[in-house]
Amino acid sequence: MTWTMKKAPTTADTERSRGLNRMFSDRRLGWLGLAVALLAPFVSASNYSLSVITSAALFVMLAVGLNIVVGYCGLLDLGYAAFFAIGAYVSGVLSTTYGWSLLATVPVVLAAAVLAGIVIGGPTLRLRSDYLAIVTLGFGEIIRITANNLDITGGPSGIYGIPGLEVFGFDLSSPVAFYYAAVVIVALAVAGAARLGRSRMGRAWRFIREDEDAAEAMGIHTYKLKLAAYIAGAVWGGLAGILFGAQLSAISPQSFTFLWSALILLAVVLGGMGSTPGVVLGAIVISVLPELLRDAADYRFFVFGVLLIVVMIFRPQGLWPSQASERTPARVPEADKEEAWQA
Amino acid sequence: MSQLIWNGLFVGSFYALVALGYSMVYGIIKLLNFAHGDIYMLGAFVGFGLLTMSGALATSAGFLGLLVVLLIAMLATGTAGLILERVAYRPLRSAPRLSVLITAVGASFALEYGMRLVAGPNPEVYPVRLEGTTLHVIGARITVEQIALVAIAVVLMVSLQWLVMGTGTGRAMRAIAQDPKASLYMGINVNAVIARTFFIGSALAGAAGVMAGAYYGKIDFLMGFLIGLKAFTAAVIGGIGNIKGAMLGGLVLGMLEAFGTAWLGGEWRDVFAFGFLIVFLTLRPTGLLGERVTERV
Repeated sequence: MTWTMKKAPTTADTERSRGLNRMFSDRRLGWLGLAVALLAPFVSASNYSLSVITSAALFVMLAVGLNIVVGYCGLLDLGYAAFFAIGAYVSGVLSTTYGWSLLATVPVVLAAAVLAGIVIGGPTLRLRSDYLAIVTLGFGEIIRITANNLDITGGPSGIYGIPGLEVFGFDLSSPVAFYYAAVVIVALAVAGAARLGRSRMGRAWRFIREDEDAAEAMGIHTYKLKLAAYIAGAVWGGLAGILFGAQLSAISPQSFTFLWSALILLAVVLGGMGSTPGVVLGAIVISVLPELLRDAADYRFFVFGVLLIVVMIFRPQGLWPSQASERTPARVPEADKEEAWQA
Repeated sequence: MSQLIWNGLFVGSFYALVALGYSMVYGIIKLLNFAHGDIYMLGAFVGFGLLTMSGALATSAGFLGLLVVLLIAMLATGTAGLILERVAYRPLRSAPRLSVLITAVGASFALEYGMRLVAGPNPEVYPVRLEGTTLHVIGARITVEQIALVAIAVVLMVSLQWLVMGTGTGRAMRAIAQDPKASLYMGINVNAVIARTFFIGSALAGAAGVMAGAYYGKIDFLMGFLIGLKAFTAAVIGGIGNIKGAMLGGLVLGMLEAFGTAWLGGEWRDVFAFGFLIVFLTLRPTGLLGERVTERV
């Protein structure tokens, strides 16, 4: 069961595409993306367009977080909105009922996200990986229904009056200031996830994704590392939840349905599982496209569903595949050695 | 008390019908068919369409009319299952597990929102409503229709059991579940048998959909999501891949829910069920009747 089994032939070896790859994999690409994000309000700074691009930035953070779980480690998480909800609700309750500042809620949100990751991931990651998919689906429902039923979370009407972001006395609650704050946080989150993917742990995750048994045989503690990936995803989702609450100032259980989890997954799959630039692009497309295609709103989710199937059948590596899984190392000298040994 | 048990058995028989399809497909090709719950939804809508089209004819024919509608809906959902397998799953037979799971999510999404395009976002009210005379049996209120629905479910399950244990197709299914490659070498048409499995499982889910529509009276395009999850829970409780286990799991889950509702209140019913799923996976992941499955390398 190797990842490369179903892959379409790539053009990675032609001269021109190698040049393109080098350009795209350049570190400068990240800075370019950040520059585009920082300049976006100069194109249009109406409240509407600011809210669209702020939501897109948040969506990028969610997609990058899910990419750690699905893209790097190959675990299917269908309840990702649950972590998002945990972050939004924990910070929302602490900041409205108890009057904390949003920054002060960050450690509590982190602890809650890690705890939830352990509770769900702990028992299920020992089993076949597809159990995780459906348990996370159930977990997403558990969190949503619980938020709907409890009094402290405001029941079906949710929490409102969440204060805006305030960092060391600077008020960042105006739309423009919040957008810039969100871009900085999201950029850090993207860079952090990308670095995590390139780290020793990231390589181990990819190995688990490609072949879990081989990874185990090579001495990788697969259970621990899968749990680590799941918890990392939870942390990213929880932090995005704080921003979500701060942006909208009101949250309700309807904001965290399965639809969200599925859309984030679609962004990851469409962009290219495991590829940071691909996932960022996918998230922007998925979050901005509906705004451009308002007339086709009824067809939107149907098309998204079909798109998931089509991408998986015809281009499982996504629109912008990750470099690591594309590269084919030169094996010739090793093959010679092997033959020499046999002779 | 006896009322709770009866409610549990009644709901449980629906769960069991849907869980069977889940469990059969998983047992044979190790695929979690997320779209299975939506096939149930499709069945409910096909039944709704038929009953609306035939108008007074079906309503006057009463229970017999509903039975005919049930059979047609089963054929329709079975065919839908065949198409789903052919279009979405067969091209990915040898692909990594993650790809197939994602495809299944996509199929579920496409079915749900495709139905929303066809039937609109609002819930529809079933033209036939089963409300009959009430019997009192050892303290439980039971309607004749409930008994009839449970009887239909039991007949379907018994015939499935016969199909799997007593026919050539069933033997081929069991062989593929054990070893698909060896079955191919032994001359079994693996693709055809898998397609048949999808047909049977989807037909059972469709039957459950029509029955639920006729009993509860209201259907909408998202009704399959929750029941799909519940059916999976039932299949896990019974031991996934095991047909008797799926039936047992459905009944056990129905009872658990009935008692959980009485204990914690209706709004916590789903949390209770899914919480139980997580506990069950922790303590006994192979289910009540399942055997320990070692993953082959």
